[in-house]
Amino acid sequence: MDRNSRLGILLIAPLLLLMLVGFVLPIGATAFKAFANPEVSAALPRTTVALDRWTGEGMPDEAVFAAFVEDLQSPQDNRTFGALIRRMNFEQSGMRSRLSGARRAAPDLEAPYSVSLIELDPAWGTPDIWQLLRTHSNPYTATYMLRSMDLRIEPAGNIVAVDPNMAVFRELFVRTFVISIWVTVFAVLLGYPTAWYLSTLSGRAESFALLCVLVPFWISILVRSTAWFIILQREGPINAALLFAGLIDTPQAIIFTRSAVYIAMVHVLLPFLILPLLSVMKRIRPEYVRAAASLGARPWQQFLLVYLPMTMPGVAAGALMVLMLSVGFYITPVLVGGLQDQMVSYYIAYFTNTSINLGMAAALSLLLLLLTGLLVAVASRFMPGLSTGPRG
Amino acid sequence: MRAIRIFAVLVLVFLVSPIVVIFPLSFSSGEVLTLPTPGWSLRWYEDFFYSSRWLEATKNSFIVGTITMVLATALGTFAALGLNMAQFRGKKLVLAILSLPMVVPVIVAASSMYVAFSAMGLTNSLTGLIIAHTIVAAPYVVITVLASVQTLDMTLVRAALSLGATPAQAFREVVLPLILPGVIAGAVFAFATSFDELVIAIFLTGPDQFTLPRQMFAGLREMLSPTIAAAAVIMITLSLVLLVITESARVYATRLNKPNRQQDAR
Repeated sequence: MDRNSRLGILLIAPLLLLMLVGFVLPIGATAFKAFANPEVSAALPRTTVALDRWTGEGMPDEAVFAAFVEDLQSPQDNRTFGALIRRMNFEQSGMRSRLSGARRAAPDLEAPYSVSLIELDPAWGTPDIWQLLRTHSNPYTATYMLRSMDLRIEPAGNIVAVDPNMAVFRELFVRTFVISIWVTVFAVLLGYPTAWYLSTLSGRAESFALLCVLVPFWISILVRSTAWFIILQREGPINAALLFAGLIDTPQAIIFTRSAVYIAMVHVLLPFLILPLLSVMKRIRPEYVRAAASLGARPWQQFLLVYLPMTMPGVAAGALMVLMLSVGFYITPVLVGGLQDQMVSYYIAYFTNTSINLGMAAALSLLLLLLTGLLVAVASRFMPGLSTGPRG
Repeated sequence: MRAIRIFAVLVLVFLVSPIVVIFPLSFSSGEVLTLPTPGWSLRWYEDFFYSSRWLEATKNSFIVGTITMVLATALGTFAALGLNMAQFRGKKLVLAILSLPMVVPVIVAASSMYVAFSAMGLTNSLTGLIIAHTIVAAPYVVITVLASVQTLDMTLVRAALSLGATPAQAFREVVLPLILPGVIAGAVFAFATSFDELVIAIFLTGPDQFTLPRQMFAGLREMLSPTIAAAAVIMITLSLVLLVITESARVYATRLNKPNRQQDAR
């Protein structure tokens, strides 16, 4: 390797290192967490060993019960046990009280434990609960990924759909996609004519019109979403104007609806469609359309057969960018949408910050990442030089 | 054709109107954010500049934004120069890794960084936020600087060297002035990225490290006070200043390149 290359690598190294440690590694850890299942084996190490020897048929023997009670009796920090409780309750509601009850009673239980534990709580006399513990003493699990698709594994090992009242994630992904696709469609419908109009302007008019696109582009997503939040609220200017005009009698609920999400998201993402499309339209020489006209094409033929196909790369670039960005949107739906309008991002934040279920957060993150990766792969086939990206 | 023009003008109005509407609202004398305003006053700006929470948040934003800008610009410029100089296998992979933060959804990055940074004790601290913002902002610097380095005429560097300049002198006197517009554009973009960033701030900061966007977000979810409109106008003004700086840098860059092109034409 020549001297230039060595110096070059030395210059790249600091940023590459930072990126690997601060970005690639955390995201890799997230991908790992989507499958990690350390809770049972950490809180119940002896039970894990004992359950491993059990065939899984019928009831486990006294050895398993003894190991379990010994694990409960042995002093361990509350965090490990708390993690176990949360983990098991996520798998099967009711496990929280069952496990805490057993732990509280454990110091007073007497052998044989297969009798005294069942006397305490008959649930310990069913094979299901032991199969559940056995399944999750495995350090890896598909639970989170399955749950992200509204599926679960039964203790016996077959994959089934979750109860309809707990099935939220398939609908969530469908909703995320529906919102993103509609936002993209609206952006194309509004953006195409606008980009065309911009491409016909020159001089002052062009600069001014371009400024109308660039200014919102530079203002943060939060500030623009805030503006819509203020404008669309019940006492806000839109309702005031509609009341004043006599179009409505009482203020309408616009904020916290799907319409508000569409309005604000299209507004935020429209420049991402107009700008690449405009750069394509600017390069199209008017001679082509004129040639078509002189050869007798009607206006709609000139557009449909000549102009539109030449602008398609710009439409594809812009639309894929808008689609890619809207799939991961968080701030705008949170501010102007209702609970029924939240997208995947909302649940990633919810599972990370509120319900502290990092496994679910990781699984949803991984799915969102794969989805975005797919879109990027499609995008880079359409335009090899794709490099602009999201802000905020 | 006329209908399309009218439609396009309406879309442009749609694009700017929410930004325009927020200005009069922030100068309202009323408690409710609506139009027409009952009267004009500066009370919400007063509220902003007398509130320790808003001032603290503004200060934090400037601290984080400035340090992020310096770090991201330095690291990004070095990396872009390195990428331009070096020929090695896996260069494409390195470039892909360096541009990852631009394609990974912010929420995934924020959630992952939160888990990793809290293991390292970097949550609830400005340091953690600065590191995260530097990671997110540096790729933009790499892209902008790389673009201006690639248009750099290497014969100029060779000429400087053959006329007796040391490599350091050649870099300082020839390379740097020519790539400066790219570096400035990258720096401004890095600052703007950090100054506007909210999602990562939600995950990495506590109330003591609130930045301006974070404080705005908190305010929106508590109670909608017109102070938020004033804060929004302040942020819009800053964005416009940054836009003017980048546009000036772009104009400077085109002027810089013009004499060369004219000579080529001759």
